[in-house]
Amino acid sequence: MKFRVERDALADAVAWTAKSLPSRPSVPVLAGVMLRVADGRLHVSGFDYEVSSQVDVEVQADADGAALVSGRLLAEITKALPAKPVEIAAVGSHLELVCGSARFTLPTMPVEDYPTLPDLPQSAGTVDAATFASAVAQVAIAAGRDETLPMMTGVRLELNGSTLALLATDRYRLAVREITWSPADEDVDTTALVPARTLADTAKTMGPLGGEVTIALATAGAGEGMIGFAGGPRRTTSRLLDGQSYPPVRSLFPASFNAEARVPVSALVEVVKRVSLVAEKATPIRLTFGEDGLVVEAGGTEEARASEALEAAFTGDALTIAFNPQYLIDGLGALGSATALFGFTDSFKPAVLMPCGDDGEAVPGYRYLIMPIRVGR
Amino acid sequence: MGRERGGREERDFGPDGDDSGAPILHVDMDAFFASVEVRRRPELRGKPVIVGGTGIRGVVSSASYEARAFGVRSAMPTSRARALCPQGIFLPADFEAVHAASTAVMAMCRDVTPLVEQLSVDEAFLDVSGARRLLGPPVRIATDLRERIARELGLPSSIGIAPTKFLAKLGSTRAKPNGLLLIPHDRVLEFLHPLPITALWGVGEKAAERLQRFGLRTVADVANTPISLLRTAVGDAAAHHLHELASGRDPRTVTTTREEKSVGAETTFDVDVEDAGRLRKTLLALSGQVGGRLRASGQLGRTVAIKVRFADFRTISRSRTLGDGTDVTKEIFETAWALYTALGDTDPIRLIGVRVEGLAAAAGTARQLAFGEKERGWREAEQAVDAAASRFGQAVVGPASLLKGGVPQRRGGRRPGETPRDAHGDAPANPAAGP
Repeated sequence: MKFRVERDALADAVAWTAKSLPSRPSVPVLAGVMLRVADGRLHVSGFDYEVSSQVDVEVQADADGAALVSGRLLAEITKALPAKPVEIAAVGSHLELVCGSARFTLPTMPVEDYPTLPDLPQSAGTVDAATFASAVAQVAIAAGRDETLPMMTGVRLELNGSTLALLATDRYRLAVREITWSPADEDVDTTALVPARTLADTAKTMGPLGGEVTIALATAGAGEGMIGFAGGPRRTTSRLLDGQSYPPVRSLFPASFNAEARVPVSALVEVVKRVSLVAEKATPIRLTFGEDGLVVEAGGTEEARASEALEAAFTGDALTIAFNPQYLIDGLGALGSATALFGFTDSFKPAVLMPCGDDGEAVPGYRYLIMPIRVGR
Repeated sequence: MGRERGGREERDFGPDGDDSGAPILHVDMDAFFASVEVRRRPELRGKPVIVGGTGIRGVVSSASYEARAFGVRSAMPTSRARALCPQGIFLPADFEAVHAASTAVMAMCRDVTPLVEQLSVDEAFLDVSGARRLLGPPVRIATDLRERIARELGLPSSIGIAPTKFLAKLGSTRAKPNGLLLIPHDRVLEFLHPLPITALWGVGEKAAERLQRFGLRTVADVANTPISLLRTAVGDAAAHHLHELASGRDPRTVTTTREEKSVGAETTFDVDVEDAGRLRKTLLALSGQVGGRLRASGQLGRTVAIKVRFADFRTISRSRTLGDGTDVTKEIFETAWALYTALGDTDPIRLIGVRVEGLAAAAGTARQLAFGEKERGWREAEQAVDAAASRFGQAVVGPASLLKGGVPQRRGGRRPGETPRDAHGDAPANPAAGP
């Protein structure tokens, strides 16, 4: 194997595949990235039995072949290389890398020991890459990180006709985004629970590439329990989480509100960040809505305290509600609008955050449900 | 209870003397568990009564003074007590009766002054500085209190009266059994200095050994030793503390609320256990004790820890910190059980314990609500159980899996006419459906 490639293209490809490599591989070969040259293209891949990443790079190929090298090391090297063409060649049990006057020799691992990567399942449809990336970013924030509750660490995709819904919850907040997509089968009606971290990484990397992302989902048989994404030259497969008993979270949204508030997003985020400086970990900030606007407070009678007022259009009976400040900031940041519309039932019931249009009405498509903190049980 | 009496009595320490500078009382019940049994069964009076775990790994909770004459001490393995005192009358502890007596004693103490620091089930410090005008000088107060405990509860007690807590406790120990001892302010050193160094609070076997290597045998020796030398023997912190105590100074005040750092319960099995079902039940029962104590004291803990001692005495602890503090038996149990199963070690177990740490007052504690959480959940159910238990006894409501053949395990507590099955099965709230 011998080829010549642009430094940036190589560095991007290796960095992306190396990201999915396990930090403590069960077998040494899984710490490697596979470089395979055929038909004038370089195919870079990484795999940890749960997630696979593959990317094709245009290269000037002198000789076909394959080599398996430490992904972490190759990623660090390519990142540090000068902006010059890179020449790579497999020589015996080593990989020679030359870039400008820099020269590296890396040991290789046996290619034949490397597991076969799963094929991309059958395509279920396509979605605009940028739309998909922003939708995933809007919901992945609400996914849980507690591995003892695996179901909560996933983003649920609901593929229903031309509607693609994404949901995530950690039991304390719930984010739901609905976008349109182009299903392969107009009557599709299925769901998939994808590990949130993998989905977020994948969508984020495919978004800027533009074009379409193919969502590949096996219904039964080969590739069952797996989902694939293809965008530009990149492809990812991931094991699905068991989402059979995913709770019916949509029913958590209240049918109507007893009070509503319209608050400028950036001003509120600033105020919450400032006031929550005195809120210790796991202590709430309190929002009091009334005719005069909104007062944000944190801290107790004996500790440091802070409060700040800001304008807010409020309808309904005056209300004080307490939140984890980070949960609130996450939701506000995900709205993607200048004004936030809050819908309240009461101080102990979930509050809904919606993007608010210029007409003062909620913009459909995104909802962030946040559970309050009860002070003094 | 506890410490042996010193070898020689000081001839002139007793209830008499100037008590104007001695406002601290240490009230200590005499052989409390044994005395409670003797009160119930007067025919035991004058006999060596030993109360404690009667199983093969039980330990002595309390021994009457007749039993102590045979060398029986509290905290001694019951098997050893049997060997020392074969004619002894061995009884299991009746925790409900002891608890009731303890509550009554503490209530009497609080009638004297609100400044009561309860140390355990059978002893307390009282600061009577503010009670003099109303009830008389400390010796008068102590005499009246002892008489009231004897008259109304039929139980013997001893009281030490001194300027500080440390001295008051030494005083009650010296006064036992059934006595009263005053350490007047101007005679503190006279009382303290002849005592062996082990009388000093904080000096155990190890520290005593190190001090003795420096030739220090009595409290006077410690008081007269330069603090720099003490530092060499026992370290910085302990040196200062010992020097202060040996000089009769004890800055601790009587504090009515002791800040507990954790609440725990553990049990040693008579025979090593490897049956998962049995361990599960044991953890549930222990979690119930811990949860109940947290709820009774109005505290929440964020960290649940388990302690497991295997048959080979290998001992391990594991803990998990929860998102929010809890006092809910179900949450404590589920966390404890998850910790145990995560050990993946099924070797036979000798001792198992549950502890909740990171305590904070429940009032005013913020709690992140979760979706779908019922507003009235396990916590409220368990509070209802607590209320029922405080009214009708521990046995009326409890986890179904802890029932043994549907018969209550403890005396008393049932309303007349109720069958045991009614008391358990149709209880309004039964937190045992799961486990």
